[in-house]
Formats: sequence, structure tokens, C-alpha cells
Amino acid sequence: MTQNRSWIPYALILPSVVFLGLLFVVPLVQTLWLAVSDNGTPSLANMTTMVTDLNFGRSVLNTFLLTLAVVPIQIVMALTMGSMVAKMNGGRETILWIWTIPLGISDLAAGMVWLSILQNTGYLNSVLFGLGIIERQTAWLTYQTPVALFIGIAIAEIWRGTAIVMIIIVAGLNQVPKEFKEAAEIFGASPWTRFTRITLPLIRPALQSALILRTVLAFEVFAVVYALGGRNFPVLVGEAYNWQNQNQNYGVAAAYAVLIMVISLAATLVYLKAVKVDPERLP
Amino acid sequence: MANIVIDNIKKSFGAFQALKGVSLTINDGEFVSLLGPSGCGKTTLLRIIAGLETSTSGDVRIGEKSVIGLLPKDRGLAMVFQNYAVFPHMTVYENVAFGLRMQKADDARVKKQVEKAAGLLHIEPYLDRYPNKLSGGQRQRVAVARALAVEPGVLLMDEPLSNLDALLRLEMRTELKTVLQEAGTTTIYVTHDQTEAMGLSDRIAVVHDGRIEQVGTPVEVYNHPATRFVGGFIGNPPMNFITMPVTGGQVTAGAQQFAVPAQGGEIVLGLRGETVERAPTGQGLDMQVRVAEPMGSHLLLTGSILGQPARVILPATETVKNGETVGLTLDPKRLTWLSPESGVSYPAAA
Repeated sequence: MTQNRSWIPYALILPSVVFLGLLFVVPLVQTLWLAVSDNGTPSLANMTTMVTDLNFGRSVLNTFLLTLAVVPIQIVMALTMGSMVAKMNGGRETILWIWTIPLGISDLAAGMVWLSILQNTGYLNSVLFGLGIIERQTAWLTYQTPVALFIGIAIAEIWRGTAIVMIIIVAGLNQVPKEFKEAAEIFGASPWTRFTRITLPLIRPALQSALILRTVLAFEVFAVVYALGGRNFPVLVGEAYNWQNQNQNYGVAAAYAVLIMVISLAATLVYLKAVKVDPERLP
Repeated sequence: MANIVIDNIKKSFGAFQALKGVSLTINDGEFVSLLGPSGCGKTTLLRIIAGLETSTSGDVRIGEKSVIGLLPKDRGLAMVFQNYAVFPHMTVYENVAFGLRMQKADDARVKKQVEKAAGLLHIEPYLDRYPNKLSGGQRQRVAVARALAVEPGVLLMDEPLSNLDALLRLEMRTELKTVLQEAGTTTIYVTHDQTEAMGLSDRIAVVHDGRIEQVGTPVEVYNHPATRFVGGFIGNPPMNFITMPVTGGQVTAGAQQFAVPAQGGEIVLGLRGETVERAPTGQGLDMQVRVAEPMGSHLLLTGSILGQPARVILPATETVKNGETVGLTLDPKRLTWLSPESGVSYPAAA
């Protein structure tokens, strides 16, 4: 009976494959073609328009700066938070639950939350004014205050996106048996040495996943930036959005989309190489 | 090398008292087992000695120096864990070298010590490998080598053989004994396996319900258990306990009479199953055999004596049928007498 049924797994998998094929591979091919064609003939015109645009350099720079600022801070914070809850006996779940609240909020909503804090009539100015630190409303989010704007966006992104890193790291930390740390302690390793020589190497797989996921998401940053800075802080996805909707130029928008994909793929490859996971060296 | 004094250690987890005042002195170079069923507190005691757990009260002295409040690394000890805790991301060499590296030993000393420990445990061929590629027994050797490489004053072992299969356990047990005898390290060995404790130890401390019930050499603990619990826990089959009437300081078993440390009432006879000899019925105690199991090396009888459950061992040459009544004579020198109320045994007659 069962021998003749070898097609069943394939049949069960088929819908998901068709679904992904239709909604991912087809648009991907279309986008690629859109980016490197002009009126149906191969052309680099869209690429040229993209790189010669006034905002191109700034959006590349801004996206990379934001990624470089946000991702390391998030990894360090997630490691710190994960190590702290690991030491707790009671209330651990509650703390984790509270820490992951930002995950349940859409990124645009997160942007609006931080806008209500940082805008001219926002909570930050109210508090600063109440404390007598400022005498009148201060603008933080304009093109005249690029550093404050950058910091504001970075803080909002860190607030919004650290939880997902922390969840992956906590899952990784839970996989490390406590005997490893106890053995290291018995043989004289300080808490810092235990962390760097035992814990970190043992959570490499989690660290790798978290880095890849978080970096790819950081290159795709858009809604939070859009809510806080509008076009004062151009980023790659923002430019793709503008070319698509404001300028109605789908070709250049596609060129941006392809560029973001290439950067994400490159980052992933770098991580796979740099944070190598050797199954032979895992528990 | 160091002696260890455990002085009235108590430990509570909330309302639960895991250790109710434990005292034990271990001599320099001695191998002592903490033997008891799971949950008796033996591992907690070991972890307190190691410094991985704090005691509620009491003192631990290693080499005359109180170590309460010291970090594990400042106690001059090494430990072998039940699940080995061999670091998977380091080669066997780096695992064995770990303690020395933490002590900032120079490379020459590390190399010398690692080679010495690896030689002792026969793991030289694996030094460049990762533990993932090793069997359980080989990993356990790495864990022991790692502990011995730092030449600790005290070696703590927490059920080190319980994750190995039966055959390997027997092999490693013999080997551990050889290796540790050679190293001469003071060792505390936690186990729930009484054959391991019997085979390895200079002395056994039987732990039960947060207390030490008896400390003695394996032979003492086996032949003269201090309490009913010890007699029942050690030995396979466990000691038989048969309540018997006392008249005028004497207990009568068929034609045999024994002077006992009680004048009247009842007393409990602690009887090791293999100390009896077959005799005609009525000579000593008669046993109603329910099941006779020929084990090859001996014959195991299960049934009852004076209506109380009993297991005895006869030579393999004997034949007994299920349901038969056999006569057994007792060896007066190998009997233990216990109080029926407290379950504590009377001192062995000199």
C-alpha cells in the first residue's frame, strides 16, 4: 500500500511551491527585467538614472550608516538582555513578554510613536521645557538638524527591532547547558572569559541567524524613517517608493529594489563566511 | 593534595531542607563516595564543596582553610560532571589544557601537563579532534584528563559514569580506580550506584534525606549497616529484615540460638542473603520459596521467612523447586540486629 504513495509528500508540498513561485519568483524576474530594460529592450538607462540622481549617494550613505549604527547596538543589547534574564529565577517570562511588545507593533505605528515623542510639540520637548532645559519648542527632525534626526531614527529603530534579535539570542542561550559555564567557572574562568570563550562560541548559530536577519531588515528600513524624517533622511527603500509612487517611474524603482537585494545578499554571504558555524564544534 | 572537613552543613531551598546538618572528614588522598538515592542531597553537598552552590550554614575546610565564600577557582579543586561538560568548540587538547590556560601557565607547562594527563587516560590519539566525534566513554576520559591536568588538591566527581552503557561503565570504573590511585588525589565521588561506590571507594558515606546515615569502608557498610535504610540500599539483593521475638535476651531460630542486645519484646534480624547455608528444615530458619531463579553464578530464592518477605542466595549447585520449603542455618558472626522502633542497628558484637 504505502509504496505506491510516494507522490503524497510532493502533492502536499506543491501548493506552497506554486504559491511562492507565483508571488515571489515571477515578480523577482519581472523586477530584474524592469531594472535592466527600457521599453522592452535591454538597457542600463534605469541604473544610470538611479546613480546620477541627487538623492542616490545620500540614500546609500544613510542606509549604511543607519545599519552600522543600529545592528551592533542591537546585538550587544540583545546579548546583555538575554544574559540578564538567564540569571533570573522568577518573572523571566513576564520580562521577556514586556521586552517583545515592540514586535507586535507595525513599523509605521512605531514610527508614529516616536514622532509623537520627538516632534516640535512632542513629549520630549514638553519634558525638556518643564525641566527648564529649553526655552521654546526645539526642532529635532529637520534637515537642519541631521545629527539629531539620525539619532532619533536610530533610537526608534533600536526600540522597534531589538526584540527579534533578543528572541533568537535567548533561544540560543537556552541551548547552552549550564554545566559548560560551571565547568569553566571551576577551572578558573572569570565571568567575562566564560562569556567570550564559552557562551559566545556556543551560540554562534543563533548569532549568525540574528545578524543576517537583522542586517537584511536594516537595509530595508523605511516606515520608521518615513514617519520621522520624511524626505529629509533619504534611504534606499524610501527612494524606491518615491520613484514608484511620486515619479511613476517603475524602472528606476526596480533598479533600487535590485540594488537592495544585491546588498542584502552580499551582507548574508559576508556573515556566512565571517561567523562560520561548524557543526563539528557544536554540542 | 588536601584533606577536607565538612562541618555541619545545612542547606534549605525555601521550605525544603536539602541538607540537615552534614559533617564528614575526608583524609588526604582518600577516595570517599557520597552514596544515596536521587534527591537525597548528595549532589547539593558536592556543589557546596565546589562553590557552585552556597550553604545556608556550616563550614567547609579544604587543607585546614575555610573555603566558604571563596570562588570555586580559589578552592584548589577540579570537577568532573555527569554529562561530561567537555567544551564542544575546543579540541580535546584545548579542553584538557583549559584549566592550565586559565591559570596562565606557559606553553611548555601546558604541553607537559596535557600530555601527562592524556597518557594517563589513553586519549593521546584524539588530542586534535573535536569532542563531537568522540564516544561517551572517550568524552568522559577527556573530562577526567581535564580535571587531573591542573593537579588539583581535591577532585569532585558527580555521577561520572551514569551516562555510559553498562559494559563501558564497568570498564571505566576499573580504569578510574587505577588512574586515581596513581594520581593520589583526594576524591569525592557522588553516585546512586552502590556497586560503583563499593568498588571504588576507600570509604562510603551513605546519604539519605539530607543526612549522612553511615560512614565506613565498603565492607563495614555492607556487613554492618548502621540503619535499616543503609542495609536496604546497599547490596543486591538488599538485606533481609525479619522481625523476631526475644525471650530472656535470646532469639531462637529452629535449633539455633543467638544472644541479642535486647531482653524481651521484638528485634529485627538484618540478614544478608548470601550468608545462609542450606540445611534440613527445622535446623535454623525455614524459607517458603515462591520463585527459584538459577542465575548461573548462584541460585536466587525469593519467598518468605516467618511470613516476612525474604531473598537469599545459595550456591549454583543447589536445586530448589518453586513452592518448596528449604531449611537455612545462619552464621552468628554475620548477623546484624536492629531496633524495630528506630531502625538503627546495635553495635556489632566484638
